[in-house]
Amino acid sequence: MPDFLLEIGCEEIPARMIEAASRELRERVSALLSRERLSGSAVEAFDSPRRLAVMAHGIAASQADVTEQIIGPSVSDAYKDGQPTPPAHHFAKKAGVDVTQLKKINTPKGEYLAANITKKGRSAGEILCEALPKELSKIYWPKNMYWQKPNERFVRPVRWLVAMLDSEAIPLEFDGIRAGKTSRGHRNLSDSEVTIPRAGVAYVDSLRAARVLGRAEREHQIRKALDAATRTVPGARWREDAALLDTVVNLTEFPSAILGSFDPQFLALPEEVLVTVMRDHQKYFAVEDASGKLAPYFLAVLNTDSDPQGLIRHGNERVLRARFNDARFFWETDQKKSLLERLELLKHVTFQKDLGSYFDKTQRVQRLCSWLSEILKQGGITVRPGVIHKAACLSKTDLTTELVKEFTELQGIVGGLYARVQQLDPTLPEATRFAIADATYDHYKPESTDDDVPRSMEGAVLSIGDKADTIAGMFALGLVPSGSKDPFALRRQANAIVKVIAEKKLSLRLDELMRDARSGYKGSEAEKKFIGEEKYSHSVSTFFRERLEFYLKDVCGYPYDVVKAVLGADAEDVVDAVQRAEAVRQVLHMQEFQAIGAACKRMRNILRQAAEKGIEPAAKFEYLPESADEEKTLMAYMGTAGVTVEGHRSKKEYLDALRLLSTAREPVDRFFDKVMVMVEDQRVRSNRLALLRTLLKEFSTIADFSEIVTEGKA
Amino acid sequence: MNLSSNPLTFQELILRLQAFWAERGCVLQQPYDVEVGAGTMSPETFLRVLGPKSYRVAYVQPSRRPADGRYGENPNRLFKHMQLQVILKPPPVNVQQLYLESLSAIGIDLRQHDIKFEEDNWEAPTLSAWGVGWQVMLDGLEITQFTYFQQCGGVDLFPISVELTYGLERIGAFLQDVDSIYDIVWARDPETGSVVKYGDVRLADEQQFSVYNFELADVAKAWKHFELYEAECKSLLEQDAELSKDQSPRPGSPENGETRTGHPGDRVRFPLLAAYDLCLKCSHLFNILDARGAISVTERVGVIARVRGLAVGIAKAWVDQQKQKQQENDGAVVPEKSDGSEPSREKKPKARKQTLSPVG
Repeated sequence: MPDFLLEIGCEEIPARMIEAASRELRERVSALLSRERLSGSAVEAFDSPRRLAVMAHGIAASQADVTEQIIGPSVSDAYKDGQPTPPAHHFAKKAGVDVTQLKKINTPKGEYLAANITKKGRSAGEILCEALPKELSKIYWPKNMYWQKPNERFVRPVRWLVAMLDSEAIPLEFDGIRAGKTSRGHRNLSDSEVTIPRAGVAYVDSLRAARVLGRAEREHQIRKALDAATRTVPGARWREDAALLDTVVNLTEFPSAILGSFDPQFLALPEEVLVTVMRDHQKYFAVEDASGKLAPYFLAVLNTDSDPQGLIRHGNERVLRARFNDARFFWETDQKKSLLERLELLKHVTFQKDLGSYFDKTQRVQRLCSWLSEILKQGGITVRPGVIHKAACLSKTDLTTELVKEFTELQGIVGGLYARVQQLDPTLPEATRFAIADATYDHYKPESTDDDVPRSMEGAVLSIGDKADTIAGMFALGLVPSGSKDPFALRRQANAIVKVIAEKKLSLRLDELMRDARSGYKGSEAEKKFIGEEKYSHSVSTFFRERLEFYLKDVCGYPYDVVKAVLGADAEDVVDAVQRAEAVRQVLHMQEFQAIGAACKRMRNILRQAAEKGIEPAAKFEYLPESADEEKTLMAYMGTAGVTVEGHRSKKEYLDALRLLSTAREPVDRFFDKVMVMVEDQRVRSNRLALLRTLLKEFSTIADFSEIVTEGKA
Repeated sequence: MNLSSNPLTFQELILRLQAFWAERGCVLQQPYDVEVGAGTMSPETFLRVLGPKSYRVAYVQPSRRPADGRYGENPNRLFKHMQLQVILKPPPVNVQQLYLESLSAIGIDLRQHDIKFEEDNWEAPTLSAWGVGWQVMLDGLEITQFTYFQQCGGVDLFPISVELTYGLERIGAFLQDVDSIYDIVWARDPETGSVVKYGDVRLADEQQFSVYNFELADVAKAWKHFELYEAECKSLLEQDAELSKDQSPRPGSPENGETRTGHPGDRVRFPLLAAYDLCLKCSHLFNILDARGAISVTERVGVIARVRGLAVGIAKAWVDQQKQKQQENDGAVVPEKSDGSEPSREKKPKARKQTLSPVG
C-alpha cells in the first residue's frame, strides 16, 4: 500500500487562485484513484505560491485483477453432432481458453457458451502517469497562459514536477516536464533544490527544512507574528481582516511580520483613505489603539524569516510615506475645485458608451430620485427634497477627483468626505450639508448581501435611484446578464435595490421603479438603440423576480416552496412579499394549509381543463335553484369570511387573513367531496367554475398555495 | 557593498543593468526617438515580439504620459519617466532567476530584503496587446513589471516573449533612500564628488511639458495633426495591401515568379516601420488631447479604436512581410516549407512549422 505524492512546481501562482485550484486538484486525484480502484485511506492537499501538491496515503500498488464472464455463441450454433463448430473455436480463442473449458449458461434467450476471463490489474504508476496529465490540464484557472506550445496551458509556467510512489519517482510528464524527486525550497531562505526522500509526511518535513510551510502552518505563524509585533506597542491591537489574511497566506512560503510606523500627522487624513492605502495597495494590516482609533503603525507580512537590520521595515515605511504623501497631495489638490464645480467635468466621463456621460446619468438620477421621493411620500415616508436633490447632483462628481482616480474603491466615500468639508452653498444649514454628505458617502452601499444599507432615507433613495438607472439603461440596450457573464455587476446592483427596499421598508413596486427609470432615457441618443418597452419590462421583471427570490431564500432563509408561493401571487412589492412570506411560513405547518394547497391545485386543474375545452366560467357566481347544498354553503362562506379576509389582507394583516382562510378547508373539502363541477348543465357548470375562480383568486392573493409542497400525498 | 554610504547613482544603475543584460546576450538598443507612452510601444518590443525569430534586447525608454504630469510638484509622479525594458524571446526557463540576479547586480542583497511576485496582468487596448505576469514587490515597493506576452497587435504570439520593465526612478530612489524622485543623484563627479540630481536634469521638462500638455497644447491643431498622421499611416497600409495582393499567387495560376507583377523586393522593403512611427504619433497626440480634456465621451472609445486599428493593421502586415523576407532569403525554392528559422546570434531550437495557432 504505497503513499503517492504529486507536486506541480510553478512560478508564483496568483494568490486569489491558489485555494480553489488546490482543492480541485485534490478532488481530481481522489476521483481518479477511486475510478481506477486505487483509493487509499486519505488524499490531502498541500499548496504554496510556487506549488500545488497532493498526497494520497496507502493507495493500491495496482488494481485488483478482475474476473468477468463473457458470453459467446448459443449452444445450438456452437456444437454440431456434439462437436464444437468454428464459432465455438473462435470464441474459445478470443477468451484465451481451451474449447473444452467453455461453460454453458442459461440466459433468457436460451443456452449460450460462456467463459471466465481474468483482466490483469494495471499498476498504480502506469495508470497515474497515463491519466494525471489530462487531469492537470483540466484544472480551471480564471486566466491562464501558454509559454512553450500554444496548446499547453497553465496559470504560470510549470518548472518542475515531483511524482513518487513511496521512495520511487514515477515517469509522469506534463507540459514538457518530466517528474522526478527534486523539488525546490524557499527562493531566498534555502538552497534551491530539495530531494524528497519519500512520499508522505517526509515530503512536508523536507519542505519545512527548506523553509516552505503548508497553508495552516503559515496562517498560524502569521497570526503569531502579528500578535508579537503588535505587543511592542502598549494597548495596541491589529485589525482582523479575513480577506487580507487569506491574501498574505497565499503570497508567502515562510512568513514573518514587521511593525512599521508612520508620521502621526497623516492621521489628519480620513481613516477610510489611510486604511485603503494600507490594505488594498500595500497589503498591510492596520493597527488601532485601545479605544479602537487608528494608530500610526502598520503591519507588513514578509515572505522571509526576519529583518535583522530593519532594512525591510525602513523600505516599507518609505513606500507608505510616499503613498500617504500622494494621498494628502490628492486631497489638497482636489479641494482647489469644489464638487459643485466638478459637475461640469462629468460631461467628459463616460458612464457607458451608448448611455452617455456621468453628467447625463446625474440628471437622470436626480429626476428618478424626485419621483421616488413622491412615491414614498404617498406611503408616509419623508425624503428631504433639499438633501436628496443635492446629494444626487453631487453623487458622481468625486469620479473626477485625483483621490478617486487613484483609489477607485473609495468612490462615493470620497464624495461624502469632501461634501462634509466643503462649503457647498452658504445658505445651507450645517445639518443639511452633513445629511447630503452622508447620502453621498453611502450611495454605493450595500456592496454585498452582508454589507449594511445606507444610514439615511436619502442615502437609500440615492442608492436605489443610481442602481435602477444603470440597470434600466443596460437592459434597455439588451445587455442582460447571462450565466457567469455579468460585466456590469447588474445582479449585485439589483440585489442591493431589493435589500434596501426590504430593510428600509419602502412601499415601492419594482415594476413601477424600473418603468420610471427607463423613462429617464426619453429623448436621449441612447434611446434609439433601445429594445421595445414590452420586451424590456418582461426581461427586467424576470430578472428582479430572480433577485427577490434570492433575497427571500438565501438572505432571509425562507423555504423554497414558500418563496415560490409568495412570488406566485406578486413579485413586485418587496416589503409586502417579505411580510407574506413570514405569514405563510408561520401557517405552513397547519394541516388546513396542506389541504388547501391540494384544493388549490385541484381548482387550478379544473379551470385549466375547462379553458382548454373552451368552457367559460360565468361572469359571477350566484345562487341557482340547482345549486347543491355544499355549493351554497361555500358561497355563503365566501360572503361572510371572504369579506373579513379581504379586510385583513388590505391592512396587510396576513397572518390573521391566513388563519381565517384556514377555516375554508371544511366547506371546500365538502364541496369537492359531494359536488361535481363539470356537469352537463351549462348554466350550473359555468356558475360552479365562476365559484372556483373566485375562490382560487381569493386564496392566491397572499400566496399561490398550489406551489406549496405538501407532505405525503399531493 | 554598503548601500547606505555609497549607493549607485542613477546613471550607474542604468549602466549596471545594461551590462548585466548585455552579458546575457541582449542587444543594447538606444531609446526610441519618437514619443511613446511605454517601453512596450518601441518597435524593439512591439514589432520584435511578432513572428518566429528569437531576439534579446535591452534599452532605456523615456515614456511620456501627458496626463500623469504634475508640474514637477509631486515627488513621486512624472510626466516622463524612464523604464529599462528587457525583451527575451523566447523566455529562458530560468528567467525569474535571471531577473533576481539582475537585482543582485545593482547591489540588492536578496537575503536582506522581502521580495514577492504578485499577480498583475498587463493589457494595452490601444495596441491590442496583453500578457500575464506579476508586479515584483521589493519591501513593499513595486519595482518591475514582469510579463509573459500572449498577444500583440491582435496577433497570437509564437514563440512568446517575456518583458521585464524596471521602473528606474523608483529603484533609484530606493537604492539612494530618498523620498523625492528629484533628489536622486543622477551623476557624481569622481574627482570632485559634486553631484547632479534628477531634478537638475529633468525638472524643467516636467514643469514645461505639464504647462503645455494641460494648458497650452492647441487642441484644434493637435486634432489636425492626429488626422494627418492617421491618414498617412492608413495610406501606407493600403499601399502595402495592394502590393501583397500583387505578389500573392493568383487563384488558378501556377505558383511561380512569372505570375507576379511588380518588383519582388517591393513588399519586403515597404516602409511599415514608417507606418508604425505614424501610429505612435497618433497615440501620443491622443494622450495630449486626453490630458487637455479635449476628447468627449462619445469620441474617446472611437479614437482608441482608430489607433488600435492602425496598430493591428501594422502588426499583421509586419508578420506577412517577415514571412516573405524569409522566403526570399531561403531562395523561394519551396516557399511553403519556410518556417521562419534562420541563423541568429544564438543557437535556438528549430521553430516549428506551426507558426501561429489560435488561442482561446
